[in-house]
Amino acid sequence: MIQKIPVLKIGNALIASIQIELNDESAVQFKEDILNQIKATGATGVVIDLTAVDTVDSFLGKIIRDAALMARLMGASVVVTGIQPAVAITLVELGLELEDVVTALNLEKGLARLADLTGGV
Amino acid sequence: MPDSVVVPIVDELDIVRARQEGRQLAKETGFGPVDLARVATAISELARNIYNYARPGEIELAQITRGPRSGLQVIARDQGPGIRSIEEAMRDGYTTSGGLGAGLPGTRRLVDEFEIESSEGRGTCVTIRKWLR
Repeated sequence: MIQKIPVLKIGNALIASIQIELNDESAVQFKEDILNQIKATGATGVVIDLTAVDTVDSFLGKIIRDAALMARLMGASVVVTGIQPAVAITLVELGLELEDVVTALNLEKGLARLADLTGGV
Repeated sequence: MPDSVVVPIVDELDIVRARQEGRQLAKETGFGPVDLARVATAISELARNIYNYARPGEIELAQITRGPRSGLQVIARDQGPGIRSIEEAMRDGYTTSGGLGAGLPGTRRLVDEFEIESSEGRGTCVTIRKWLR
């Protein structure tokens, strides 16, 4: 069963907010959807918002990191926003620091960060 | 042991089911948000190991007490191929599946007690416990 995460476009940015408990297959689909949407829309930036996510295990962590690295290969920057304190703690304890992923506290700061990275949204 | 829930791990959605059941039981046990995330994440890692390497298996969740302390116990059990080298499987970054190799060593860091038994050809049993502080 695959659940779709809506990917919205604002200016040159894509915004995807994960609001559901993602199973592995849906997470893989989400990563591919983002890359396909970058191609389809010519977006230069993506915000992945995790405000509503209360568990990130090694699989979802890898998906998010891979999505950011893959998007970069396509010329788009990714900012991950809204990581909850409990999620930050478990990610570091798990050993998944996501060092190569740009993050911001919330969606608003993420969009500002994206504007810095891409020279305007 | 007052409450015990068994979640069979057969298909991929069972990973989500196991961590939701675990989170719920941990919440009822009285854990706060950080420990809930730790418990749910640990269950997710153990359930995915079963799904990836040894399905079908099961996750058994139980509220436990020891003396004055109460907590949550999770047993992940399968009759799969077993782990050839537990020492290697417990090392950060070791993987046979192209994952990050964070599963077992990461899980151990998320919980208070971690026990693993495995024999080749007979299966693996991982028991973790988290105590209320």
